[in-house]
Formats: sequence, C-alpha cells, structure tokens
Amino acid sequence: MSEDKIIVTITGKDKTGIVAKIATTMAELKVNIEDIKQTIMQDYFVMMMLCNISDSMESFSTIKDKLTESAGSLNMTIWVQRKEIFDRMHTI
Amino acid sequence: MAMNFDINNIIETIEMIKVHHLDIRTVTLALSLRDCCAQDTKKCANKIYDKILKYASNLAKFANQLEDEYSIPIINKRIAITPISIVAESIDNPDFIYIAQTLDKAAKEVGVDFLGGYSALVEKGCTEGDKRFMASIPEALAQTERVCSSVNLAGSKAGINMVGVYKTAEIIKKAAELTKDKDGIGAAKFVCFCNSVTDNPFMAGAYCGVNEPECALNVGVSGPGVVRHAIENMDKNADLGEVANTIKKTAFKITTTGELIGRELAKRLNIPFGVIDLSLAPTPAEGDSVAGIFQAMGLSDAGAHGTTAALAMLNDAVKKGGIMASSYVGGLSGAFIPVSEDKGMIEAASKGVLTIDKLEAMTSVCSVGLDMIAIPGDTPTTTIAGMIADEMAIGMINKKTTAVRVIPVFGKKAGEWVKFGGLLGEAPIMEMHDTDSSVFINRMGRIPSPIHSLNN
Repeated sequence: MSEDKIIVTITGKDKTGIVAKIATTMAELKVNIEDIKQTIMQDYFVMMMLCNISDSMESFSTIKDKLTESAGSLNMTIWVQRKEIFDRMHTI
Repeated sequence: MAMNFDINNIIETIEMIKVHHLDIRTVTLALSLRDCCAQDTKKCANKIYDKILKYASNLAKFANQLEDEYSIPIINKRIAITPISIVAESIDNPDFIYIAQTLDKAAKEVGVDFLGGYSALVEKGCTEGDKRFMASIPEALAQTERVCSSVNLAGSKAGINMVGVYKTAEIIKKAAELTKDKDGIGAAKFVCFCNSVTDNPFMAGAYCGVNEPECALNVGVSGPGVVRHAIENMDKNADLGEVANTIKKTAFKITTTGELIGRELAKRLNIPFGVIDLSLAPTPAEGDSVAGIFQAMGLSDAGAHGTTAALAMLNDAVKKGGIMASSYVGGLSGAFIPVSEDKGMIEAASKGVLTIDKLEAMTSVCSVGLDMIAIPGDTPTTTIAGMIADEMAIGMINKKTTAVRVIPVFGKKAGEWVKFGGLLGEAPIMEMHDTDSSVFINRMGRIPSPIHSLNN
C-alpha cells in the first residue's frame, strides 16, 4: 500500500554515524528501509530513505517524532513525509 | 504509480515547500445552512451553531494531522456557509448582529481562521429581507473577528444592480469607519462581486451557494514563489510560449498537492471533496509574490507596460496546467492581485508605478478584481460606487468573476501607509482621481444585462 510508504530526508554536515543512528531508531520502531540514496549537495550531506511503516506498531506522528529526535541529536535536519506527495507531484 | 524514488524529485518538492512557500492556502468546509431557518433569532442562531459544530469540529485537528504527515503547511482553515440573508430571511424582527456573533463564536469554537457567508445575492435587486440584512453588515463586521461578508451585485445574465452598488459603497465606508482604530479592517473582511462563485474557498468572498450540496471540502492552493522560481531558472532568451509551458508544468505540481490534501482531508472528515481552486494566492512573505512572477518574466515592476499581457498569460497557463491535475476544478481559479498582500505589488504601489487605473485594466484578465486596495478615507461614497460599477461592468461583459475589496482609511491621505497585519499585509494609500461620478451614480436603477446574455 502506498500509504504505508514514507520518505525520510536527512540533510546537514557530513559526519560519522548518521546512517547507523537513524537506522537503529528505525529498527526499534519496526520501520523497514526499502531503499537508501545519498548525495553531497553544496557541501551538505543529503540522504533519502524509502521506508515502509506497515509493520510498525507506532502511529505516523510517533515515528516522525522519534526520527526527528534522533536526527536532532546529530544536529541534522529531517523531513518525514508520506510518499504519496512525491508520487502525485511528479507523475501524470 | 511509480514505486521507486528519485532524489531530484524529492529535493524539488522539499525546495518548493521550504524555500518557495508552496502551501495549501486554505481548506474550506462549505456547509449548507438551508435547514437552519426559523422565525426566531435565537432559534435560528442555535441551529446554525449546532450545525457548524457538528460538521466542523474535526476540521482543524485533521488538517493539522495532514500538515504533519505531508510536511506541507496548511495556512488557513475556513468555513463557508449559505448566505445569511437567505437563512435569516424568515425571522420576525431579526437581530442580525446576534447571528453574526454566533457565527464568530462557532468559528472560534471549532478553531477556523475565517467564516464566510455573511452574504447577500442581489444582482437583480433586493428583497425586503436583503435590505434589512445589508444594513447590518458594517456593524456585524465591527462586532466580530472572523466573520467575512460579501454581496453579489451583478451578473452576466442579470445586469448590474446600481442601487445595490451605491448601498455597497455605503457599507464599505461605514465598515471602515466603525473599525477606524484598526485602519478600517472591517472593510478588508468584505467584498462585492459580479458573477460570484458558489464554491470559492477564498476569503472574504467564500460562501456556500444555495445550489451546493449539504457539505463539501474545497481547497485553495498558493504558490506564486514556486512559479517565479521556475521562470527564473529558465534561459533568459526563452520565448513566451516556453514560459507559458513552464507555468503550466509548475501549476500541475502545485495543484496535485492541493488535490491530494483535499481528498485526504475530505476522507478523514467523511464528507465529499468539492473542488480545488487553482488560484495563485500571494502572501506578504518575501518571494511569495505574483508581482515577482512579472519580474521573472522580464518586467521591472508590477504595473509596467506589459503587465496586463503577462497577467493574462499567467492566468491562462495556471488554468491549463492545473486542470490536468484534478478531477474537479472550481472556485475562482486564476491569479490574484491583492495589493497589500503581495510584497512586489506593495513596492510597485509605493513607487507610484502601480496605479488604480492599471489595476483596473489588470482585473479584466485576472481571476478576481480590485483587491486589498487602501484608499483615502474621505473618498466620496459615489466615487467608490463608480469604482465598483466599473469593476462590475468588466465582469458582466467578459462573463467572468470580478470583485472589489477596497479599504477607505479614515484620517489618512494618499501616500500614507496602513498596516493590517498577518496575511492581509500593509499598503500605501492609493491616489484616487479627483473627479465627480455622483450624478451618474444617483440615477440608480439597474444596468441591463448585455446582449450576449441572450444566448438561449
């Protein structure tokens, strides 16, 4: 189901442990990572994760809060959004 | 639907929202109050209050949820109701102010920013009830915070009700005078129309037409900053056909977002999705400006020669792009040019480049009309009536919606500034022509509908 898919975007200064920290939080929440892409844009680390939240017992807002907290501890900015918004906007 | 994901698409979406102010301007619950008529003011008011609470209690809560889930701001939550002139017409000795206060109370209780529909539809003339109701509008606007009011004065099939035009000019002056300690904010919550639209989600003119269903969720989007950015990114030598195409593509993206949020919110509220209004609504924020689009197209200022052409192209391209993105497009759908709400317009007005005459020309190709224009407080009522009549004529002949929302600022003259705050912004007071329209206006009567209304 496409409503179970979320896109998590993390940006900030590159440092060790970003993927590890976020992935650990996701594992704790039973959020499954289906795909990861990353790039460096204007010296900023940008990572995007396609995740599935159907196995998680937590609500979307709890997942978002926990991930935001996790990214905050790394001093990174995070966006957690339902994937549908991207599909709609870029597909006819 | 594509199951993979593309980094560039994701970055573009996030950039549109975070940098270029893409947002959902409003989710507006249209609610029929046709079943709230009664012979007693309190009984009618109670029915209205209960119905609003029944349908709208979860509107703000669910809208906030969606804002969080999709990370897109929803700026306003609003309600549009059946025109009160009709709902309250059967009341014996009606206390309209009590009803307006009840609406305000209900709006605050359910947490919406504005409630529209303190309205009358009088394009062909007034009933006795309409007359009593219209007389209450200035006081109702002064006594309430969130209630918006509108009057439809003209139509392509009906002509222009010139008695109504004069009465409306009086309403505007009175509403501004009663709120003169707040720079006439009462008049900013009032708009008059030609060919008003029954499913418009935008204020001050939203109401739920008598031909509308029990309830529906209508959505208005906003994204002038996104369009400006897309044009700025084009080759400077790109011809206008290419520019129009870029606007279309951008409008598509903006509209799909509105459609998604609208459908999801309607589903959660368990009510039908109504329409998406494609209008590009600016805000006073840096970059979120329709005037900025003209500048990106290559005009030095909003109001420069060529602005009407640029606006015509913009308005049309927005519709062409947006229409593909939604099954139900409605409302006003075009480009708004509210002077005080648009940073670029404010600048052009303060330089004297954007004048009332240029704005009038622009309204013949935009989606609404003379909007959020501050004028000197001592402008004669008949001069305001003349402005309204001109605007109504443009709408009537061109079979489109036109509107007037002007604010006479008491005690201030042309060139001085007013600050309304929030989405309503600030503006310099515009110079009016020192001419006399009184004999024409005092003829009253009704301007007949044009020949092309006889199209049956």
